[in-house]
Amino acid sequence: MKVLVAIKRVIDANVKARVRQDGSGVETTNVKMAMNPFCEIAVEEAVRLKEAGKATETVVVSAGAQQTQETIRTALAIGADRGIHVPHDGALEPLAVAKMLKAVAEREQPGLVLLGKQAIDDDCNQTGQMLAALLGWPQATFASKIEIDGDSATVTREVDGGLEKIAVKMPCVITVDLRLNEPRYASLPNIMKAKKKPIDQIALADLGVDPAPRLKVLKVAEPPARGGGIKVETAAELVDKLKNAAGVI
Amino acid sequence: MEYELPEELRLLKETLRRYVNEVMIPIERETCEGVKLKSEYKKKFDEDSKRLGLWLLDVPEEFGGQGMGVLATCIVTEEMARSIALPTRGGYFTGPNVRSILYELDDEMKEQYLYPVIRGEKKACFGQTEPDAGSDPGSMRTTAVRDGDDYVINGVKRFITGAGEADFIQLMAATDRSKGSRGGISCFIIDMNTPGVRLGAQYETMMGDRPWEIIFENVRVPAKRLVGKEGEGFKLGQRWLGAGRLRHGSRALGVAERCIEMMVSYAKQRVTFGKPLADRQAIQWMIADSYIELHAARLMVYHAAAKADSGEDYRMEAYIAKYYSDEMAFRVADRCLQVHGGIGLTKDLPIEHMWRQQRSTRITEGASEVMKMVIARGILRQYD
Repeated sequence: MKVLVAIKRVIDANVKARVRQDGSGVETTNVKMAMNPFCEIAVEEAVRLKEAGKATETVVVSAGAQQTQETIRTALAIGADRGIHVPHDGALEPLAVAKMLKAVAEREQPGLVLLGKQAIDDDCNQTGQMLAALLGWPQATFASKIEIDGDSATVTREVDGGLEKIAVKMPCVITVDLRLNEPRYASLPNIMKAKKKPIDQIALADLGVDPAPRLKVLKVAEPPARGGGIKVETAAELVDKLKNAAGVI
Repeated sequence: MEYELPEELRLLKETLRRYVNEVMIPIERETCEGVKLKSEYKKKFDEDSKRLGLWLLDVPEEFGGQGMGVLATCIVTEEMARSIALPTRGGYFTGPNVRSILYELDDEMKEQYLYPVIRGEKKACFGQTEPDAGSDPGSMRTTAVRDGDDYVINGVKRFITGAGEADFIQLMAATDRSKGSRGGISCFIIDMNTPGVRLGAQYETMMGDRPWEIIFENVRVPAKRLVGKEGEGFKLGQRWLGAGRLRHGSRALGVAERCIEMMVSYAKQRVTFGKPLADRQAIQWMIADSYIELHAARLMVYHAAAKADSGEDYRMEAYIAKYYSDEMAFRVADRCLQVHGGIGLTKDLPIEHMWRQQRSTRITEGASEVMKMVIARGILRQYD
């Protein structure tokens, strides 16, 4: 079984994101970028599936500017076998990415597509679901445990109020949650090996995807700064403040 | 002109940054007993190093190492120096400290000394400094006099790190005092249990480590213990010291990087007289100066290392990098301490440790003034 993993290059999780002065989006110039942490978990899971003999090949795919290849290389250093880079400057909306992934999945014929549940930049949480719908495949989202047995996968999902276990037929789309695994540190020999692993380029147009945005961003703003708190003397005053000043009761 | 690290080293650097942040920094105040790594942590770090594929990183492939270049070694040293989890001296993450002199030994001696060091079975110390010969080894008084098939050695070495646990010493001794460092000094491999070798005083230092004095009294060793040819010792020693200078340089980068991280984070948190320290120009200048100087030092170290890897003569660049980086990191550690105020003086934070260690690097393995002297000599030769 081949595993296809979709990854995204985002602002490094340890960097404080800043909104561009004109409110058109988040500043990415001269900002440290890295692989979306959920995508890293997806790559780790794919590599573990291969190590466990469940997968025969792991392929990572990502769309983005030239530097995206560096993120793909990181996935190859974790242990993925080869990469596919779909060059594109500027943002791509979840639907366009899902269409791109559908076209790649049709070429690659994987038994499983793994994605992060969402990217930490736009927090859309849509691509995996859209991809499953476009492919007409079953989906299992927010996976915290994946067990593969023949042509079906048992997935433990983190849902409100607890864990849900579902069985899906393969091929399927699984999006992964934080607690699925802890990604390894890429070792030096694997980093050196990654240098020699192939990264193919496929144009977005060759995949039949129209990248034109369907959404219009009106404005991006910083969250409002928190004001200072006040001290109250009595319970009655507290209730009054909650009711009349904060308006929460 | 290429100013970026090669992609694989950028990846390595990122991996190590994460490792140090997640694994080392949280435990950095408990890993050492004095200046020695506690055995449970030594075991853990050795295992981690092997898992990360960094074991014997800079040992040539023909001796079972990975043969990675000087730049790669610098990147590892830099990232590891962001934490004080490992001792400043002798606590290498990438395995035993294999000094390059050992690669020059003949096959029989390699079996006896080089390979046991690589396997971690034997430890070496390096003896050059004397009470009256530090940065000027040419004036050393320890002599080795040929007597038939033997050499007879007499003299005193001082500030020898690790002498107490060493199995053997790489000893520099004068075979012709009239020639000084120009062909008058030879290198010997001598077992520490040879009759006549005796440990003398042990010094307490501000860095916490305790180097030794070693006394040689009519120590008789067979002539085959001479490394290379008679008079070549200084040249062989210098080759090792060249790599050591870049180790100094890259260590300083990591220390300064961490100090800037801490300085900035504290300056934003700490409010005095109604404003965070970060809003005060006096503090901003400390931060800006530190960042500028670190940037300059990093370019110097990487450039020298890249030059070394391309096989060019990088001695001048190594002197410059050693001098500038060690001085720079001490200034940055000092500013970091100053920004933190009283809390910086406590052992809850790693700053006082970094400050003490960094102060010592302006003296050890080539004092700053000697670096400048050698640099000036090079410049005077270069221009009419």
